[in-house]
Amino acid sequence: MMTVAELDAIKAKLHSQMMLRKGSEAGEDTYRKHVLVCGGTGCTSSGSMGIINKLNEELKKNGIENEVKVIKTGCFGLCALGPIMIVYPEGSFYSMVKEENIPEIVSEHLVKGNVVERLLYSETVTDSGIKSLNETNFYKKQHRVALRNCGVISPENIEEYIALDGYQALAKVLTQMTPEDVIQTILDSGLRGRGGGGFPTGKKWQLARNLVKDADQKYVCCNADEGDPGAFMDRSVLEGDPHVVIEAMAIAGYAIGATQGYIYVRAEYPIAVERLRIAIGQAREYGLLGDNILGTGFKFDLDLRLGAGAFVCGEETALMTSIEGNRGEPRPRPPFPAESGLFQKPTILNNVETYANVPQIILNGADWFASMGTEKSKGTKVFALGGKIHNTGLVEIPMGTTLREVIYEIGGGIPNGKEFKAAQTGGPSGGCIPAEHLDIPIDYDNLISIGSMMGSGGLIVMDENNCMVDIAKFFLEFTVDESCGKCTPCRIGTKRLYEMLEKITSGNATLEDLDKMEKLCYYIKNNSLCGLGQTAPNPVLSTLRYFKDEYLAHVVDKKCPAGVCQDLLTYKIVADKCKGCTACARKCPVGAISGTVKEPHSIDTTKCIKCGACMATCKFGAIVKE
Amino acid sequence: MAFKKSVVAFSQTPEQEQKLMEVINKEKGHKGALMPILQQAQEIYGYLPIEVQTIIAEEMGISLEKVYGVVTFYAQFSLNPKGKYKISVCLGTACYVKGSGDVYNKLQEVLNIKGGELTPDGKFSLEACRCIGACGLAPVMTINDDVYGRLTVDEVGDILAKYND
Amino acid sequence: MVNIKINGIEYSVEEGTTILEACRQNGIRIPTLCWLKDINAIGACRICVVEMSGARSLTAACVYPLSKFDEGKNILTHSPAVLESRKMTLQLLLSNHNMDCLACARSGNCELQALCKELGVDDSSYFEGAKNEFDIDTSSKHMYRDDNKCINCRRCVAACEKYQGIGVIGANERGFKTEISCAFGMDLANTACVSCGQCITACPTGALSEKDDTDKVWEALADPEKVVVVQTAPAVRASLGRLSVIR
Repeated sequence: MMTVAELDAIKAKLHSQMMLRKGSEAGEDTYRKHVLVCGGTGCTSSGSMGIINKLNEELKKNGIENEVKVIKTGCFGLCALGPIMIVYPEGSFYSMVKEENIPEIVSEHLVKGNVVERLLYSETVTDSGIKSLNETNFYKKQHRVALRNCGVISPENIEEYIALDGYQALAKVLTQMTPEDVIQTILDSGLRGRGGGGFPTGKKWQLARNLVKDADQKYVCCNADEGDPGAFMDRSVLEGDPHVVIEAMAIAGYAIGATQGYIYVRAEYPIAVERLRIAIGQAREYGLLGDNILGTGFKFDLDLRLGAGAFVCGEETALMTSIEGNRGEPRPRPPFPAESGLFQKPTILNNVETYANVPQIILNGADWFASMGTEKSKGTKVFALGGKIHNTGLVEIPMGTTLREVIYEIGGGIPNGKEFKAAQTGGPSGGCIPAEHLDIPIDYDNLISIGSMMGSGGLIVMDENNCMVDIAKFFLEFTVDESCGKCTPCRIGTKRLYEMLEKITSGNATLEDLDKMEKLCYYIKNNSLCGLGQTAPNPVLSTLRYFKDEYLAHVVDKKCPAGVCQDLLTYKIVADKCKGCTACARKCPVGAISGTVKEPHSIDTTKCIKCGACMATCKFGAIVKE
Repeated sequence: MAFKKSVVAFSQTPEQEQKLMEVINKEKGHKGALMPILQQAQEIYGYLPIEVQTIIAEEMGISLEKVYGVVTFYAQFSLNPKGKYKISVCLGTACYVKGSGDVYNKLQEVLNIKGGELTPDGKFSLEACRCIGACGLAPVMTINDDVYGRLTVDEVGDILAKYND
Repeated sequence: MVNIKINGIEYSVEEGTTILEACRQNGIRIPTLCWLKDINAIGACRICVVEMSGARSLTAACVYPLSKFDEGKNILTHSPAVLESRKMTLQLLLSNHNMDCLACARSGNCELQALCKELGVDDSSYFEGAKNEFDIDTSSKHMYRDDNKCINCRRCVAACEKYQGIGVIGANERGFKTEISCAFGMDLANTACVSCGQCITACPTGALSEKDDTDKVWEALADPEKVVVVQTAPAVRASLGRLSVIR
């Protein structure tokens, strides 16, 4: 068992070392330099583990293994530039590092102190010298609360977390606050659920504390079943800073009167699962989980439960049904989980990012948190930027930042000089936001008012080459696959909706079908049992609202303006541009292209299967689809 | 109703059986034990055939149908084993007209299994897949993460020989 | 007690009463399909939806317990939105249903058919699209199982599990492919089914039906060489014999 004094001692011992990593003057360590290498899923896939091994090898070779410390951290956010490596105290940011670069970086930079500018993230290199990372466009407008430790600490070392105020919030809660105080602080902070719905977190805790007076058991659950295509915020928190979730869940347990918690995490996130396992083990070892935490008599423990590949388990009642060992089918509410949740006991369920904000709110106060954001949406939000955007990766911004700032300033705009068409937020439950709303401040209520939703934080950018009907169809295909099959509107309704979209993209739909489709959308929204079904039509409704002309082009003119829907396209050879090189004819898998050498060729549209191989081969831009 | 039994005959080593019993005995006292047991059972056997599900149902005192209902709900659980090397042959239109059907047949012949099956040594499993978007390389197949394009039937043997460990 | 309004008229019901019960107690009919008294309240079919003041979407009456939070709310059981929704639910069910109704054992006493009539479903193929297709299970001595007529209400599942404690049928797979079947798609005859027939009684459609041996009885009755004894089953108390004296 650890006491608060011992916790403080660990913090004091490691604090100056950690300051070195923050680039602060006060930082000092027996190591001269800290080299941080991202060990998140993105960078691991692009080879960061090889980089770490090579680094250790080269450090030994140069005899400086006792002067330079290598730390495997969580995600830095700029996943597109991985593998990523930062050298402190100077804060040199190396991007797209290759194993063969390591000897040079070690001998030049780490031994001699000459930064290898050529290998730095190009945006940090300017005429007037090297910029710090925080001054780059990608990081400048970000404000890191939930991600504050990601890419800073080693997620597998509890002491590094403790050094940066880790478990201080838990200590404060247990020694200085009543459960009611904790709930009041969360209420006052204005924190709302980051999983999508935006329900006030404090309200949820309050209900779970008060609704059932004589419960013999209550539960605290964490939703880490992040399943939206294109979203990986929660994964990054778990991979980079697992202890923040553990600490917050213990605080929640104290607030509502629960002694047991469950983290429901996707089995598809093996790195996150492993780091959570390690973190829970360390927290138990240090007496920060278990009986008599910090000598206060408070008891709380955690277990992991792995999801098994069902998107619907992100819905709160389905998640609980799944933990109970059943098919992950949602059940009707009421009763709400605060009254009868997991194993029919009062339960709270919050998502990873929500929890990641809690310790900071406790330490810095509700007013601090409420000072960020808009009137009804406080704090920050993490988004996973993806699609047609330069800087794909993870960003955390204050609520109220505009989409334009996120896409053009932080995200670096649309590649290849293309035109912005829409941003999709909220995944399969959200909608597409057109250019006319680029200047709307991002918060829960604004996004809903324009037909989308915050969702868990996926933000996919689309340009003129994306067909909005096709995008709607993509999301519907996902929902059909992931529907649990319990209620009629979702089981059969989403399937019929998908089929109607197929009819449109294949050029067989009529205007009457469009009306019928819209009616079906509202029916599914109004009649489905759970949130998955109720929001499933959003991608269709929002594209119908803002891109009706594209639907009409498919239905009336039988054309796909973006040139995506195969059935509505024909490939043609522009005779003027064709040199008769025969490359396309040789490439065509079905022999649909004919012509004599040095004469313009032509495509037999009855044979053409529209695979696009010819267009990719032509060096003269002579092949067009329309 | 078509009986959806696994495509390969079931066999287990005494170690596997012992491990499964250990898992069941360790977990079954806990609330909501079925999912963790199924996940660990799949780790032990690589899949969840009727024989394994029956053991779990009997040991936990629940019906086989209840176990099967849970298994078929989650995408992670498989009723069929997968090979160490998973071969997928694209039978999308472009590949098909370029002869991927012949490649697929050749693979079935060389490996002596049908699509959806696994070689008895557990090394290769074979399946057909939808278009993977590499039409310019047609016909295409993938073995785990390796992509092979512009295939001919004659190459099949040489490619398989690369996976000889 | 909770004071609510149903269609504008005030009622007072005990806390915990569902909207469906509250309506039935007061003579207001709300149609149901998946709901089966005491054993199946899962809110799956959505036929019983009602409009409730303050709710974002329609509410399934069979699973909504009224509480003090609902004090003063108004519930509309037959508003245009409700009627249109119920109709669309039926149309969706029909789009994945074998509609060979004339030759169906349940024609005339099928709950789905009756509801379609009641709610004015005049276009049975309003939605077109893929249907699930199943082989008919004739393996069992006493019944047919035709999943092509199944509407996934799960009343049979509840009956098998809760009346009999057998649990040989249940929901398998997920999404549009969800089916009510036995483990591994086994025939009923290969399971622990005890041939009680409770599932047939619970089924609202013709998906589960008894095997009809009337023809065999007529044949036996017509055979002058045969003495015919009628035996009711189960719970045998008395037997009737047709004696030759009748001649």
